[in-house]
Amino acid sequence: MQSARRTARRPDFFQSALTAAAVAIPIITILMLYAIGNGSIDSVNTFGLRFIFGTEWVPYPADGGTPILGALPAIYGSLVTTLLALGMAVPVSLGVALFQSELSPNLLRTPSIFLVEILAAVPSVVYGLWGLFTLVPFMREYVNPTLSASLGFLPLFQGPNTGLGMLTAGVILAIMIIPYASSVMREVITAVPRSQREASLALGATNWETIRTSVIPFARTGIVAAIVLAMGRAIGETMAVTMVIGNVARISPSLFLPAYTIPSVIANEFAEVAGNATYLSALFELGLILFAIALIMNLLGRLLIARLSFKVRGELRA
Amino acid sequence: MLSLERRRRFSDRLYIVLSSACFLIALGPLISILYQTIVSGYAALSLSFFSEVTPPIGGAGGGILNALEGSFVMIGIASLFGVPLGLLGGAYLAEYPGKLTYYVRLLAEVLTGVPSIVTGIFVYELLVATMHRFSALAGGLALGFMMMPIVAISTNESLKLVSSSIREGALALGISRSKTLLYILLSTARGGVVTGVALSIARVMGETAPLLFTALGSQFLMTSINDPAASLTVLIYEFGTSPYLNAHVFAWGAALILLLIVLGLNIVVRTTSRFKVTGTE
Repeated sequence: MQSARRTARRPDFFQSALTAAAVAIPIITILMLYAIGNGSIDSVNTFGLRFIFGTEWVPYPADGGTPILGALPAIYGSLVTTLLALGMAVPVSLGVALFQSELSPNLLRTPSIFLVEILAAVPSVVYGLWGLFTLVPFMREYVNPTLSASLGFLPLFQGPNTGLGMLTAGVILAIMIIPYASSVMREVITAVPRSQREASLALGATNWETIRTSVIPFARTGIVAAIVLAMGRAIGETMAVTMVIGNVARISPSLFLPAYTIPSVIANEFAEVAGNATYLSALFELGLILFAIALIMNLLGRLLIARLSFKVRGELRA
Repeated sequence: MLSLERRRRFSDRLYIVLSSACFLIALGPLISILYQTIVSGYAALSLSFFSEVTPPIGGAGGGILNALEGSFVMIGIASLFGVPLGLLGGAYLAEYPGKLTYYVRLLAEVLTGVPSIVTGIFVYELLVATMHRFSALAGGLALGFMMMPIVAISTNESLKLVSSSIREGALALGISRSKTLLYILLSTARGGVVTGVALSIARVMGETAPLLFTALGSQFLMTSINDPAASLTVLIYEFGTSPYLNAHVFAWGAALILLLIVLGLNIVVRTTSRFKVTGTE
């Protein structure tokens, strides 16, 4: 009796080691928030809310005084490029997901999924290099002139056409998030129970009517989750965007003009900081904003997916 | 005016055409990227490309030996702590279900979505700012932080696939939980675990942003892991965005080698593995 109790109470080294490794994940997250928050203190104290609403980005003022740093141009650029990317990527991703889950013959399905996975595996900096030497000239020679000829009365498509700028950044972001968004969408569409489709087909609906009335409404939560997760990816994407957006802190309605995004400011200017403590701290605050957005987007997306899988299980039980 | 019947058939056809077109649209860039990289990169290849260190940007000659060295050394450092921590963490998630497990798993998934540049400035603050030097160690650490949640999730998924009769059989024989996990469960799930580790290596191999402020970059071979280190990705970024034509050719050559390594690893792992892989995208 005595010895049995002792065995039960003996601290289990094995379990402790596993627990420690698992707990490392929340610890790293908290440490990240702490370290980046700590780095931003100087900037928060200096600029306060002006950091978020300020439109000027002057790290080294001509009079040699304290830097004037407002992040609004970068926030604006991140929002515009991300929305552009989602606008292009969401319909295409849904089409790819439907093609792979519903349409493609069995023989084609695995290779088609494989190709999209390969697209997702291409490193960001290679997308950037391709963007700089293939996409930028393509936009400059063909896409941008066509847009300004047909829709040039809109301020969106006016201004000098260099090929670098928000539109090009939006296009490359769209290309980069399609594999990710479509793979999440494919998974949630595949998770829709067979009974949903069969019920609709039995009523005489065509394939498209089945998708529209039974499959998509059932998977709606998951599709929204895929969009939210893709948005989180797009906002944080650094290298490819930095290489094609032109890196100028400016708020302009023109999609042709060079601009900035939050991560591209950090990537582009971190090396120029050299002893300017407020400047460095401002870049940390940008990182903190980016971190917060990414955490919220990913948490929201994951929770939506969890809700959908709960619904799928309920449906299968019923 | 189309009859209802024809309209229904038309919309069904339209759906098939549009959805197939979306697939082709998504693949277009892949073909263009592969074509451009192979054609432009091939021009840079020579024997000295692999045996010499990088020239100053815009300079003639030279190779990518130091970048290859830096990339592989930093992957080694990253694996050294990212893989064991990820394996143990993933094993915990699979073996001890509960409230903590649910939240840790959720957080691990969230962490895989955190922008890599955020990891970069985190390690800058943690290591570079305190040690007052850029180093391969800091770069490797940043990559390791990215690997850990990826490995944890894929290990968790592989262990979940092991039939519970195997686990219960082992425990019924009186084998301790630790031996059951190490010798029976992990060995049964070996294929999936190795696949996850290999794909996490391929993923961080292509990372640039976390290295910019940690390993920095270097024109030389390193003498210790406390030195700044070159890497294929930072080299592609710096040479690609410079104004010199011969630096561009150099960047394409490095991109070709990087793509061969990363896509090669992906293709080998994905075609040989019978396991469904999640959490590595």
